[in-house]
Amino acid sequence: MAARLTTRAFTAVRPALRSPMGIRSMATVVHPKSPSQTSTVEEPAASPDAKIKTFHIYRWNPDEPSSKPRMQTYTLDLNKTGPMVLDALIRIKNEVDPTLTFRRSCREGICGSCAMNIDGVNTLACLCRIPNDTKQETKIYPLPHTYVVKDIVPDLTQFYKQYKSIKPYLQHSAPAPDGKEYLQSKEDRKKLDGLYECILCACCSTSCPSYWWNSEEYLGPAVLLQSYRWLADSRDEKKEERKAALDNSMSLYRCHTILNCSRTCPKGLNPGLAIAEIKKEMAF
Amino acid sequence: MLAQRATQQSLRRLAASNPSTASRMVFKNFAAPLAVGSSMHTRPVTTQKMTPADSYEILVAQRKLRPVSPHLTIYQPQMPWIASGLNRITGSVLSGGFYVFGAAYLVSPLFGWHLDSASMAAAFGSLPMALKVATKFVVALPFTFHTMNGLRHLTWDLGKSFANKTVIKTGWVVTGATIASSLYLALLA
Repeated sequence: MAARLTTRAFTAVRPALRSPMGIRSMATVVHPKSPSQTSTVEEPAASPDAKIKTFHIYRWNPDEPSSKPRMQTYTLDLNKTGPMVLDALIRIKNEVDPTLTFRRSCREGICGSCAMNIDGVNTLACLCRIPNDTKQETKIYPLPHTYVVKDIVPDLTQFYKQYKSIKPYLQHSAPAPDGKEYLQSKEDRKKLDGLYECILCACCSTSCPSYWWNSEEYLGPAVLLQSYRWLADSRDEKKEERKAALDNSMSLYRCHTILNCSRTCPKGLNPGLAIAEIKKEMAF
Repeated sequence: MLAQRATQQSLRRLAASNPSTASRMVFKNFAAPLAVGSSMHTRPVTTQKMTPADSYEILVAQRKLRPVSPHLTIYQPQMPWIASGLNRITGSVLSGGFYVFGAAYLVSPLFGWHLDSASMAAAFGSLPMALKVATKFVVALPFTFHTMNGLRHLTWDLGKSFANKTVIKTGWVVTGATIASSLYLALLA
C-alpha cells in the first residue's frame, strides 16, 4: 500500500517537474480584471479516465487591498488526489497554484489549523472527505464572519483573547497535600470528558449566528465550553469568581441555544450542552 | 525523503536541459564549495529590517482593510439555525402584532376606527370561507410554532435532549405539530 501511494504521488509530481522551472514558478493563475469574474485553473495534464472535481475557493490578497474577495475555480483529478479536502488543497498549492494560502499542520484533526467552511459547514479540512460525486462542486470559504488575513486564513486574535480572558488554567491557592499533584476521584475526572478534548479550532464559535453579530462581547461556544471545563473541575477553587465573570448580559447569555455549535463540531463535542450546564449552575 | 529526491531529480533535469543556468549556479559558489547545498535554496527576495513598533503599525493598517468572510449567505441551511431564526421571527411578529393592535385599539376612538370585538367579528364573518380559513391559518402559524418551539427551548434549559440527532428530530416534530395544530385552529368553526 505504501509503495503504491509513493508511486502515485510521484506520477502526480512528475509532469510539473518536466517543464522548465522558469515557466513553472508563477503557475497558471489568471487574475481576472473584474473581481466577480472567475477563471478556472485546470488539473495539470488530465488523464483520459480522470475523475475531475471542481473546487471553488475564496481568495483575497492583502497585497491588493482595493480588490474585492473573489472565488477562484480549480479542477483536480480525484484519482491523483488524496481522500480529504486538505489533500486537495495541498495538491492545488503544490502543483497548480502556489499562491493559494491556508493554514494546516497535523493533517489528523488534532491541531485545529485547517478549520474552514466546506460546502457551507465549518469543519477541519483534514477530517472532511472530498465528496465523491464529481457533478457536485465543492465550495470552500474561510470560517464565517471572521476578518480574512489572506484567502482562507482567518484572523483569530479576538478568539484567543477571549480564551485567555476565562483564565484557562487550574486555580488553587494551597500547595498539593502530597507535594506533587492535586488528586480527584474517578467520578470527578469523568465530568471533564467531552470538555477537555476541545482543540480550539473555532469551528463552533464561527458557526454561531449569535457570535457573528456579537463577537466583541459574547464569548462564543468554544470559549464557554472551556469555561465550563474549569467550572466542572473539582480541583479548581475559583468557581465563584469564574461564575461572577460570566454573570452579565453578554458573556454567556447571548447564547440562544441555536445549537449550530454542537452540529458542526469536528470532534463530536457538545458546546451547547456545556453552555446549558453553565446556565443551570448560574441559576440554581 | 520524497521531497529530497524530487529536488535532486529536478536539478538534474535542469542541468541537462539548461546548461547555462547550471554552470552559473555552480560558478557562483565556486569560491565556497562547502556552501553549495545551502546556496541552492536562496531566493531572490529582499527583506526589510523593522522595529516591533513599526511592524505593529503595518499590522494595524492591514487589519483595517481586512474583509469579513461571508456568513449567513453561505452557511448550509440546517435545522438548528433555521428553527432558531424562525423562533425569533415568529416571536417578533407575535409581540409586534400585539403592540400594534393594542396601540391601534387605544387610539381608535380618536380616529373613529371600529376595533371593538363585535364589529371585528362581524367584519370577519362577512369574508368568504376560503379567506377566513387562510387568514386563521396565517395568524395561527406564528403562534403555534413559537409555542411548540418554546417547549423545545424549555427542555434545553433543563440540560436535556442536546444530542445532534435529537435536536434534528425534535425540530421536525415541532414543524409537523405546528402545521397540524395551525390547520386544526384554522378549521375550527
